[in-house]
Amino acid sequence: MIEFTPRKIQSSFWTILSPIISITITILIGSLIFKILSYPVIESLYQVFVSPFSRPDRIADIFVKACPLIIIGLGLIFCFKANIWNIGAEGQFILGALCAGSFALLFPETKTYTLLISMFLIGFVGGAIWASIPAILKVRLNVNEILVSLMLVYVAMLFIDFIVRGPLRDPMSFGFPLSKVYPDGAIISKVDFPFIGFLGQFHYGIFIILILCPLIWFFINKTLPGFQIKIFGSSSRASEFAGFNKNKITFYVLLVSGGLSGVAGVIEVSANMGRLQPEVSFGYGFTAIIVAFLGRLNPYGVVIAGIIIATAKLGADNAQMVLGIPKVVTGIFEGMLLFFLLAGETIQKYKISIRKTN
Amino acid sequence: MYKNFLKIITFLSILVSPFLFTSAYAKTKVGFVYLTTPGDHGWTYAHELGKQMVKKEFGNDVDISIVENVPEGPDATRVIRELAKQGNQIIFTTSFGYMEPTLKVAKEFPNVKFEHMTGYKRTKNVATGNIRFYEGRYVQGVVAGLMTKTNKIGYIGAYPISEVIMGINAFAQGLRSVNKKATISVIWANTWYDPVKEADAAKVHIAEGADILAQHTDSPAMLQIAEKNGALGFGQSTDMGAFAPKAQLFASVNNWGPYYIKKIKQLKDGKWNTGDGPDHWAGNTWGGLSTNMLTLSNFSNMPTDVAKKAQAAHDGIKSGKLKIFAGPLKTNDGKEIIGAGKTLDDGALWGMNYYLEGVTGKVPK
Repeated sequence: MIEFTPRKIQSSFWTILSPIISITITILIGSLIFKILSYPVIESLYQVFVSPFSRPDRIADIFVKACPLIIIGLGLIFCFKANIWNIGAEGQFILGALCAGSFALLFPETKTYTLLISMFLIGFVGGAIWASIPAILKVRLNVNEILVSLMLVYVAMLFIDFIVRGPLRDPMSFGFPLSKVYPDGAIISKVDFPFIGFLGQFHYGIFIILILCPLIWFFINKTLPGFQIKIFGSSSRASEFAGFNKNKITFYVLLVSGGLSGVAGVIEVSANMGRLQPEVSFGYGFTAIIVAFLGRLNPYGVVIAGIIIATAKLGADNAQMVLGIPKVVTGIFEGMLLFFLLAGETIQKYKISIRKTN
Repeated sequence: MYKNFLKIITFLSILVSPFLFTSAYAKTKVGFVYLTTPGDHGWTYAHELGKQMVKKEFGNDVDISIVENVPEGPDATRVIRELAKQGNQIIFTTSFGYMEPTLKVAKEFPNVKFEHMTGYKRTKNVATGNIRFYEGRYVQGVVAGLMTKTNKIGYIGAYPISEVIMGINAFAQGLRSVNKKATISVIWANTWYDPVKEADAAKVHIAEGADILAQHTDSPAMLQIAEKNGALGFGQSTDMGAFAPKAQLFASVNNWGPYYIKKIKQLKDGKWNTGDGPDHWAGNTWGGLSTNMLTLSNFSNMPTDVAKKAQAAHDGIKSGKLKIFAGPLKTNDGKEIIGAGKTLDDGALWGMNYYLEGVTGKVPK
C-alpha cells in the first residue's frame, strides 16, 4: 500500500525547485514526442513555450485569455480553502453574464458607464444566486454541493440557450441565436496604450485582477473570517469547538465564489463579445478549478497559474499555425505540464512510502 | 521566482524571434480556421477536403496554415488576427460563429482578404460563401418517398433556424413529389455535433417506426444507428458510406474546394472581390448543385429505378428546370404561402419559420 505522510518541514529550496524540475521533465518528454512524430524539436518547443511571449500583443492576449480563469480561480480559493467543492463555476459564470447582459439590453441608448457599474453588481448577484442554490441545499439538507453545483452548470447552459434563441434574440439576426449588440455604455473597451495603441484584445477589465488579488490575499491571511475559513477547511470539528458558525461559512464562501464567477462572466462577454450568444463560456469554469489548485490556493499563485494555462493554449494555437502540429499533440503537453507540476507539489508536501498491507 | 522565469523567457524569445519568422512571401499564404477537428467526418472534414484540393491545385504556390478547435468567442478573434499578422493573404473562417470576430479583424487588416463561411454580414474585404444545402435534401426526399415502407421519415435537426427549416421543407417537397402518404417527424438535437445525442434521436425515430432517417447535424452517428437497426438514411456534409455501408442511400457532399480555388486564383490575379451572387445576406456566393458546391455521393442500397428518379431530380435542379419551392405551397396547418405559378425567392427561404405540408408538428418558437 502506498502511504502519504505529510512532511513536517517543507524545505523552501524544494518549493522553488520542484516546479522547475516539473517543467524540465515536461520539456524533455515533450521533445521526445516531437522527435518521434518528426516535428522540428527546437522550433516546436519555441512555438509552444516561447512564442506566446514573443510580441507585445501576444503577451497582451495571454492576459485576455487568462483573465476569466484568474477571476474565477480567485473566487474558488474561498471555497476550496473551506473544503467546500464548488464545481459549478461555469454555470455561475454564465448566469452572471446572462443577468448583466439582459440588464444592459434593457437600456439600448445608454452611453454612460453607470450602466457598466450596475452590470458588475448584477453579474455578481446573478452568479451568487446560482451558487446559493447548492449553498442552501448544503446548509439546510446537507445535500452534496459537488453534484448540485455541477448539475446546475447544464441548467445554466440550457437557460442561456433558451434566452438567446427566444426572448432576447435579435430580430435582425435572421433566426440565428444572437442577442442585440450591447449599448456603448455596457462595453468594456480595449486599452489604448500611449504610443503603442491597442495590443491584441487587451481590455480594461483585466485591471480588476490588480485590485482583487491583494484584496483576497489580505482577507484570507489577515482577517478573522479568512482565518475561520482556513480552520474550517483544515478541521471542521476544530472550528466547531472554536464556536465558528459552520453554516455561515459554507454559505458565504459559495456566495463569494459564485459572485466572482459571475463578474468574470460580465467582463468576458462585455469586453470580448459585446452581445449574448448561446456559448459564452468555453470551459473557463472548469479550467479555473485546475488554475486554483495549480496556484496552490494562493491569490498570487492563481494569477501565475492562470498565465501558465493561457500560455499553453496560445502556444498550441501558434504551433498549429506555424508548424501544423495538431492540437491533440500540444494537448498532451498541457496535460504533462499539469501532471508534473501537481505531482511535484505532492512529493514536496508528502513523504511517500510503500508499506506492506497486513 | 516565476517572474524572473518569465523575464528570461521573454528576453530569449525577443532574441530568437527574427530567425523564426523568415517565411517566403512569394507564395500565397492561406489560412483556415476550423471549428472542430477534421476527425468529425462532417462539417469540418468537408472544409479539410476543400483545403486538400487547394493544396493539390496550387502545390508549392500556396502556403497553408490551419488552426483547428477554435471556439466561437475571443479565441477566434485572436487566432484570426494572428493568422493575418503572420502574413496570410486570404483567411477562410469556416463557421457561422466566426462572423463578428472575422469582421473585427478585417477592419484592422484592410489588405487581407477574409472569406467567412455562412454568415450574413460582410464588408469590402470580407466575402461570404454559402451552399444551397437544401437542394440535396430535395433529392433525399425523393429517394425517401420511394424507399419507405412505413411512410414515416425521421429527421434530426440541429437548431430551429431558417437554414435547417428550409432543408426540412425542401425534403418534404421532394418526398411529396413521389409519395403523398409519407410524413416527416423532426427531433431537435440542439447541437451541431454530438454523436451521443444524435444517436439517441435516431433510436427514438426508429422506435417510433421510421425506416428512413435524415439529418441536419454533423456526425455519422445517426447512420451507424440506422445500420445496426436495418434502417436507411442519408449522410451529411461528406460521404459517410464507410460508417454505414448498408444504410447510406447517398450523402449530400459539401464541396468547398472549387470555391476556395476560385477565390485564391482571383487573389493571385489581383481580381479578388466579394463575390458575384445576389448581394443579400445568404452569401455573396450561394452555390448549389449547378456550381458543384454541392454534390451527391453515389446512390447505393436502392433499386436502379429509384436511383434513376433521384438522378432525374438531381439533373432537374442542376439545370434549373426543377424549382423546389414552386407554388402552390401550403404550410402543414393549411395556410397558403404562394399560389400556383409562383416560386419562392431566396429572401423568402431565409424567412422560413413554418413547415410545409408533409412535416408533422410545429416549428419551436
